[in-house]
Amino acid sequence: MLMYYLGLARRSLRRSPVLTGLMVLAISLGIGASMTMITVLHVMTDDPLPGRSAQLYTPHLDPLPLDYKRHEGSPDPADDLTWPDAMALLKAHRAVRQAAMSGGSLLLRPARADLHPIYVSGRYATAEFFPMFGVPFERGGGWSAADDATGSPVLVLADALARKLFGTSDAVGQTVRLGEHDFRVIGVTADWAPKPLFYADQTGTQYSDADLFFLPLSVAMDQKFPVSGNQSAWGKGRSPSLTSANMSWLQFWAQLDTPAQVAAYRQYLVDYSAQQKALGRFQRPPRNAKLYGLMGWLAHENLVPGDVDLQLWLALGFLFVCMLNIVALLLAKFLRRGGEISVRRALGARRRDIFVQFGIESALIGVAGGVLGLGIAQLGLWSIRQRPDDYARLAQMDLSMLLGTVVLAVLASVLAGLLPAWRACRVQPALQLKGG
Amino acid sequence: MQIRPILSTLRHHKLTALLLTLQVAFTCAIVCNVVFMVAQRVQRISVPTGIAEDEVSAIHSTGIEKGENAQARQTADLAALRAVPGVRSAAAVSYSLPLDRSESSSGICPSKQALDRAMQLNTIEGSGCVEPAGYDGTPGLLATLGLHLVAGRDFLPDDYVSEGKPAVAIVTRALAQKMYPGQPALGQSMYDGDHFIRIVGIVDTLLRPAPRKPGLDGDSIIWPQRPEGPGVLYVLRSAPRDRQRVLGAAVAALLKANPNRIINPGQVQTYTEIRRAYFQRDTTMIGLLIASALGLLFVTALGIAGLANFWVQQRRRSIGIRRAIGATRSDILRYFQAENFLIVSAGVLLGTLLAVALNLLLMSHYELLRLPLWYLPVGALALWVLGQLSVLAPALRAAAVPPVVATRSV
Repeated sequence: MLMYYLGLARRSLRRSPVLTGLMVLAISLGIGASMTMITVLHVMTDDPLPGRSAQLYTPHLDPLPLDYKRHEGSPDPADDLTWPDAMALLKAHRAVRQAAMSGGSLLLRPARADLHPIYVSGRYATAEFFPMFGVPFERGGGWSAADDATGSPVLVLADALARKLFGTSDAVGQTVRLGEHDFRVIGVTADWAPKPLFYADQTGTQYSDADLFFLPLSVAMDQKFPVSGNQSAWGKGRSPSLTSANMSWLQFWAQLDTPAQVAAYRQYLVDYSAQQKALGRFQRPPRNAKLYGLMGWLAHENLVPGDVDLQLWLALGFLFVCMLNIVALLLAKFLRRGGEISVRRALGARRRDIFVQFGIESALIGVAGGVLGLGIAQLGLWSIRQRPDDYARLAQMDLSMLLGTVVLAVLASVLAGLLPAWRACRVQPALQLKGG
Repeated sequence: MQIRPILSTLRHHKLTALLLTLQVAFTCAIVCNVVFMVAQRVQRISVPTGIAEDEVSAIHSTGIEKGENAQARQTADLAALRAVPGVRSAAAVSYSLPLDRSESSSGICPSKQALDRAMQLNTIEGSGCVEPAGYDGTPGLLATLGLHLVAGRDFLPDDYVSEGKPAVAIVTRALAQKMYPGQPALGQSMYDGDHFIRIVGIVDTLLRPAPRKPGLDGDSIIWPQRPEGPGVLYVLRSAPRDRQRVLGAAVAALLKANPNRIINPGQVQTYTEIRRAYFQRDTTMIGLLIASALGLLFVTALGIAGLANFWVQQRRRSIGIRRAIGATRSDILRYFQAENFLIVSAGVLLGTLLAVALNLLLMSHYELLRLPLWYLPVGALALWVLGQLSVLAPALRAAAVPPVVATRSV
């Protein structure tokens, strides 16, 4: 039966090629535009660390004074931690694994004479950064808690920088001069750059940034290395130093494996805040302390620019108008075949059969529109990749988006065909035969 | 022209006519808002900066020699840059130019009372104090940027400080009027915490490095302060057509003066490039908005034409009968045109309401202003014209149906 309907649909569509072409074109334009933007949004809100993200949490305290007022548009100082708080959380070690970190950009003077000095950006972190985030290593490994404590000048390089500096030879054991200090390379990471760079300060361009080096936070503090990212200070007095209790600049992540651990950690944060309040350092309610999961944190940061959002709505609006267009055209087309319908009805076809027949005809338009729409979406994504925005390079379709395109197209056209098919199946068998 | 036969025909195609009306309505609503968004973005990207944009170019250089005297380096670099053929003047600034993003701003108050109020409120807002963007630079900055001094004087050599706070400043006219409304700002002393700063000059316009919203974007202040750090932005002024050549020669001159520096090729730019980079998202968005508006109009035109085509085919016989009993070709033509006019009019009427509703919805989620009402009649007119154009070909085909069709059975 299905083959019969497909044959009928094909014949019907061929009878008016221009109109069929118009309908396919309309749906493919709508689908192409929508899928381009849905794909962009999909890659922007994707899980940066699949398999691990569910266990990763970032604690946030509220050390701000009661009368602190934030400027419109400036970052929230409570999004980052102060040095004393981060150190207290590290020392308490209430999580399975945990690390404090911050970004930094340092001058690198290559030993090779043919390379010019460059500024490279990387991360100052504590030892458990690597096992907690599951950073894969090509050679060597991360440093130990003992290295953090003694402030050893050790360095982990990203594979891209290691290759640039040492070519194919082993970088581990080599010396790199970074920020006017010599570091011993102890590890080279395999290709690893979460998109977005969720653990970085939110002032950066998180979709295109990647860390080229990692070194102990204690060393960065000892050497007074510059810190990049937002540094928010509050209260009166002279401009504060990095160790000040009145300036937030550090990011902190913790691994919590079970719901019980999460609940216990949340309680710990509240208790810590209450203790700080009792000491007179915090002024706000201890319940302000928050523990965000990784995906929850990304939602809180809201990295998707308003323009991308607007573009998605525009594309969906476009698809909607295209669908209205197709509904009207299908309706006119189906009703014009009243004669054919009543003959089939008189010969014993049930209403359901007519409905299925026209449904299949609409679905066929959807499949053709979906395939053409796929091409249009690829064109759209290509044009987005040409933009200089930091998320542009990520705009690629994965398998789920590819399938999603065709499914959406068929769904849209079947939906558009519902009303016309319903009207068509209500055609009376005899009435139409009488007329010429 | 009789409307009644058209209406009675449309009653037979209620659903189809309704769908077409809806399509016209949504197209009208979306296109009106899209065109308005385009107009707003165009206005945004054409904001004047106040500097001689076609004549300015910039090079960012970071000295990497340990223990180098940064300001001695600047002086030597500027001398080398001024010797480059085609360079009319040169200056060094520490952070920024208009639309170059990184901005340094700090609160400043017109009077002691305003300062006290700000301290008491613990915020700038509502105190009378303002938070202008600060620009610094070496002597000759005003001439290099081509800023237009409307009152007072440029900085004197004695005004410049190498570190710490200067005692005088030049402000923009917008800032002067905001701080001292109704009185001359020149010579006034502003409060910057415990420091007094005397206004010695007023420039016409100088946009912030990172504009936020109209009304604040012109608030800029220029300090007679030489850049302190190893990273500086060298600003060059030359004839517009010389800029690319001057940039190449200037980079070579800087590297010759001292190779121990980092010049990022991405930060060797004419001001035109800086401006374009800043507004790149807006220009992309303008392109997308225009494309989607055209796409919508195109699809709607296709819908109107396709449906009219159908109806003409369907009504061949009744057209033939009308022709046989005396209707002229132009009667038939006008019949279809009138039918289209009725449908589009209904769509436009509904579309106008939808456009206002959509605008309100967008205003609550994005930075969008209220849709000016004159957009609505213009949008309606555009859709009427579009409707008439798309129905023309099918209507002409209908008019060409010969009366003899009436005698044939279909």
